[in-house]
Amino acid sequence: MESSKVIHAFYNDDEVLMDAVKAVKAEHLHIEEVFCPFPVHGLDKAMGLAPTRLAITAFLYGITGLAFAIWMTNYMMIQDWPQDIGGKPNFSWWANMPAFVPIMFELTVFFAAHLMVITFYMRSRLWPFKEAENPDPRTTDDHFLMEIPVNNNEAKIIDLLASTGAVEINVVDKH
Amino acid sequence: MYQFSGKLKTFSLALILIGLVGIGYGFYSAPKTVEEAKEIIAQQASHGDSHATSHEEVSADGHKSEAHGESHASVDESHDDAHAEHVLHQLKNKPWSAVYVALFFFLGITLLVLAFYAIQRVAQAGWSILLFRVMEAITANLVPTSIVMVLIVISAVMHWNHMFPWMAEGVFDPTSPNYDPIVDGKSWWINVPGWAIRSIIYLALWNAYRWFIRRNSIKEDTANDGGKTYKLSYNVSVGFIFVFMITETMMSWDWIMGLDPHWFSTLFGWYVLSSLLVSALTVIALVTIYLRSKGALPGVNDSHIHDLAKYMFGFSIFWTYLWFSQFMLIWYADIPEETTYFAMRFNEYNFPFLAMVVMNFAFPVLLLLNSDFKSIPWFIVIGGVAILCGHYIDIFVMVMPGTVGAQWSFGIPEIGAILFFLGVFIYATFSSFAKASAIPTGNPFIEESKHYHYYNIEHRGEGSGDHH
Repeated sequence: MESSKVIHAFYNDDEVLMDAVKAVKAEHLHIEEVFCPFPVHGLDKAMGLAPTRLAITAFLYGITGLAFAIWMTNYMMIQDWPQDIGGKPNFSWWANMPAFVPIMFELTVFFAAHLMVITFYMRSRLWPFKEAENPDPRTTDDHFLMEIPVNNNEAKIIDLLASTGAVEINVVDKH
Repeated sequence: MYQFSGKLKTFSLALILIGLVGIGYGFYSAPKTVEEAKEIIAQQASHGDSHATSHEEVSADGHKSEAHGESHASVDESHDDAHAEHVLHQLKNKPWSAVYVALFFFLGITLLVLAFYAIQRVAQAGWSILLFRVMEAITANLVPTSIVMVLIVISAVMHWNHMFPWMAEGVFDPTSPNYDPIVDGKSWWINVPGWAIRSIIYLALWNAYRWFIRRNSIKEDTANDGGKTYKLSYNVSVGFIFVFMITETMMSWDWIMGLDPHWFSTLFGWYVLSSLLVSALTVIALVTIYLRSKGALPGVNDSHIHDLAKYMFGFSIFWTYLWFSQFMLIWYADIPEETTYFAMRFNEYNFPFLAMVVMNFAFPVLLLLNSDFKSIPWFIVIGGVAILCGHYIDIFVMVMPGTVGAQWSFGIPEIGAILFFLGVFIYATFSSFAKASAIPTGNPFIEESKHYHYYNIEHRGEGSGDHH
């Protein structure tokens, strides 16, 4: 069983935090989580996080939107009721294609943007009335927090973290 | 400092020589008399291909709508003779148009590199300083292409060529059978002296800025005067962008839209600009990749290449946006005087007209969409070659329908003209690059440029020590 104890190390500078993350990774310790008040460039690389695949999903959603727009314009304007509207050719979808491009473009962007945002919310588990997860309110203002799980090596980790410039180190029981 | 290798010099001179032979062949093989033109028409008809038939219909149409001065032959002449004469004029225009398309392509690209360079100075961009000398070197091509353009202007004024139908004899003369009231109504703008003077003014203004900024940029390296030289470059660049936007717009009316004097479009200046701008960025990227591979550009890393590729990507879409806006608005409203322009291109230039949308939009956008691909040189080279070929076709389809109509083909004169100007480009660019230090050390943003790093990409084969 994993230990339910974790160490919370506080930093008050993102440069110090970056160096601390690198020092902890060099010791091959697992970093459970890092809480920051703002994005720290390069933190994901220093922590060794896998790159996001959100852009790939957006591309696929965009293609879906494009396909939907083509199907919709073809069904409505060509198949279902091919009326002569102001002399626009409706013999085939291609004959009237330029008129459909604006809606094809907008639906591509609409699908790509909205579905990507929803994907982001689902993957990050964000929704209204969700209980906030940050362990200390200071991490939303001016402090950075690194969370490391303890496996019978509490003293060693605390020594290491103290040497990296942590301003506060707490051992807490994770509930 | 970079050495312009003898190999490259020989190569560029060979291109110029082969190009000259091709251009000369084009002029030599053009028909001189109506009889020769009739022979060519007979040859085309005997081939029995659909091209010849469709040509009859469209050019008969063109007699009415395009109103080339010469097509309004007097009524007592038979249609065949008038047609043969019309074809003769188109065939005579062919070698001129071949040179003109390639000239405009290379002149425009060089000009837009200059404009992009001015924008980088005015925007105080931090990333692109290391590429300044590359851009300056490319703009060296402005001098020879401007000289050839002056020659073309002179030849048009002297009536050695008939690319611009409004220059034909009698177009502004109500007593002449060639009288064209529509063009006459525009004669306050399109008249020979005005056109020639404007053309010379555009070229003079562009070359003046190019000459000044190159000199001042080299001066910056050793100036040590608290940024005074730098600020002068900045102020002059602000002025140039203002002048450039006006001259570029009018240049597109004079040099390209004037080939179809019955037709007009308001966003045409922007459209020409976008086509040349994306080609210019591609050329900067390709020359940068080449010079970096030769080790002549220390400090240029994958992030710089990535940024150029982003510009290529973004402006490919921008070009498509303007191309489609122009096309769709005219297609949608379908007003006859505007639609003839695209009807001609759809009927006679169908393949290049549609192929260029694939080459300028679909292919580069799909290729350069992925962030990782944008820093891989061979991906950019493939995308870049497609973009450059596509925009050459774009200029081709802008120019040729107005000058040679249905008589177009892509052969020795066209290829010769491309090779000639490519050779001039290579010679001008790389000999200019060898004349100054590859790094503009005097620029206040040079350190930022050396440490430029786009956080989202992996740099291959470089240390990442300069970033955290």
